[in-house]
Amino acid sequence: MSLHTLTVCQLRDKIRTGEVSSREATQSLLNRIASVDGKVKAYNWLNADNALAQADAAKKGGVLAGVPVAIKDVINVDGQPCTCASKILQGYVAPYDATVIRKLREAGAILVGRTNMDEFAMGSSTENSSWGTTCNPWDLTRIPGGSSGGSAAAVAADEAFAALGSDTGGSIRQPAALCGCVGLKPTYGRVSRYGLVAFASSLDQIGSFTKDVRDAALLLSVISGHDPMDSTSVPRPVPDYVAALERGVKGLRIGLPKEYFIPGMDREVEAAVRAAIAKLVSLGAEVVEISLPHTDYAVAVYYLIATAEASANLARFDGVRYGARVKGEDVIDTYGKTRGSGFGPEVKRRIILGTYALSAGYYDAYYLRAQKVRTLIRQDFEKAFAKCDVIVTPTTPEVAFKAGEKSGDPLKMYLSDIFTISVNLAGNCGVSIPCGFAHKLPIGLQIIGKAFDEETVLRTAYAYEQATAWHKERPVL
Amino acid sequence: MPEDKGQFDVAYVAHLARLQLTDAEMTQFSSQLQNILSYVTKLNELDVSNVEPTAHAVPLTNVLRKDEARPSIDRERVLANAPETARDLFIMPKIVE
Repeated sequence: MSLHTLTVCQLRDKIRTGEVSSREATQSLLNRIASVDGKVKAYNWLNADNALAQADAAKKGGVLAGVPVAIKDVINVDGQPCTCASKILQGYVAPYDATVIRKLREAGAILVGRTNMDEFAMGSSTENSSWGTTCNPWDLTRIPGGSSGGSAAAVAADEAFAALGSDTGGSIRQPAALCGCVGLKPTYGRVSRYGLVAFASSLDQIGSFTKDVRDAALLLSVISGHDPMDSTSVPRPVPDYVAALERGVKGLRIGLPKEYFIPGMDREVEAAVRAAIAKLVSLGAEVVEISLPHTDYAVAVYYLIATAEASANLARFDGVRYGARVKGEDVIDTYGKTRGSGFGPEVKRRIILGTYALSAGYYDAYYLRAQKVRTLIRQDFEKAFAKCDVIVTPTTPEVAFKAGEKSGDPLKMYLSDIFTISVNLAGNCGVSIPCGFAHKLPIGLQIIGKAFDEETVLRTAYAYEQATAWHKERPVL
Repeated sequence: MPEDKGQFDVAYVAHLARLQLTDAEMTQFSSQLQNILSYVTKLNELDVSNVEPTAHAVPLTNVLRKDEARPSIDRERVLANAPETARDLFIMPKIVE
């Protein structure tokens, strides 16, 4: 039996009734990984014995009892490596569990392995990894998106029942769109980041990759909630996200921002997104024209704020407490050599840009101005959400691109996140779900919600998913 | 925002960031970052004189907790990741002569 094709909910129910054991499911998944991961290269680290031992010891009765979950290599799992796909963290073994991991364990999940990513989550293609590039399971010559490309590819290729990732400017939604799975970025503050290696602290958020929307709702119910270890997590009750799915979209107001249907975007992508909107209308939703006038500035704002925060966050990688150290003539030389040889090119570029944006004489002109334009972007969303309940857009302007196509031009790569970045800047939640194919590659539909209104986002996504079959398509590997 | 294109000194900024770059990286980053910096000058198109900055999007300020001793991560396990340790301490290169 090919257990690896099941969803989390399906598998969980089979384990509950005793039809299959967690060990059988875990073994089926390990077999699947062994047969296809040589092509996809979604995993950085896997330990079959460790996974099977966890399966045998899995807590009974939890909502994820016995279900294996893959984790992006940026979230600490006690006793497993956490490399952030960087040479500078080679050999690092996490000495503690991130809060989301503790919650997964308490729910009975098996932590099966570590998925590939762009180094320190900086990238849109998973090409910036010291482990090598992950391939898109739909076309191995193409990228899976990024930075959580390993998590997206693993779920799309049935190499994971579900995976966690992190989203700073689209790093969950963009790869989910390009690999054809469901990628949820919860509201900033909804999920604790304790144990997530920080990239840009005012933007980072942990979220999930799943095969369908029900699984996304289930995982969100598990990982959400206030955590004293993360002072930015918000003390609000966690709703039952699964129970909220069935409410339908009758009377729901869907905002369509004109700035997200741009000249130059792939026509087939646009057609699929318009067809998805028509489907939601046929299910009872209403369309409202809205405007997010500062959309065009989002990429510039993001690359100043995110790099500034990253330059500060990554100062901790100095070869003192963890990672490799390259000895120099004195302490400054040691820092410089350690960091110069440990970080890859994209991380270095961003540290330099961020350091520059924060440096004396330039702070007001770059960083402060970017923070002010961030306010304008937030206000755009506040005004828009006065008129609508969710905003629906394409997740990306095009389908998965070829490996190497954009890696020589950082700015071109940055612009591939044009539709996802504003959501992080404004602090909203968003999901990408499959809505069709263009050139035989998956297309993502982005549904954006008000802050802490994941329920409406998920029920809109669920209503669409129930009325279509795109999420059931699987790549041939 | 500065419009001047010639002033971006990669070597100086790399030193501030404690990041040693090769000559090839220096040349490549210089032109790529110049390109990105001229892209972000589009923020100059907007009048932000009466706009407050947004540092983060979370509706919280001044989160406090009691200053109490609590269990923390095991010392041995933390030190196990360090390149050099002795007597329960991290060993640093010498800072003061």
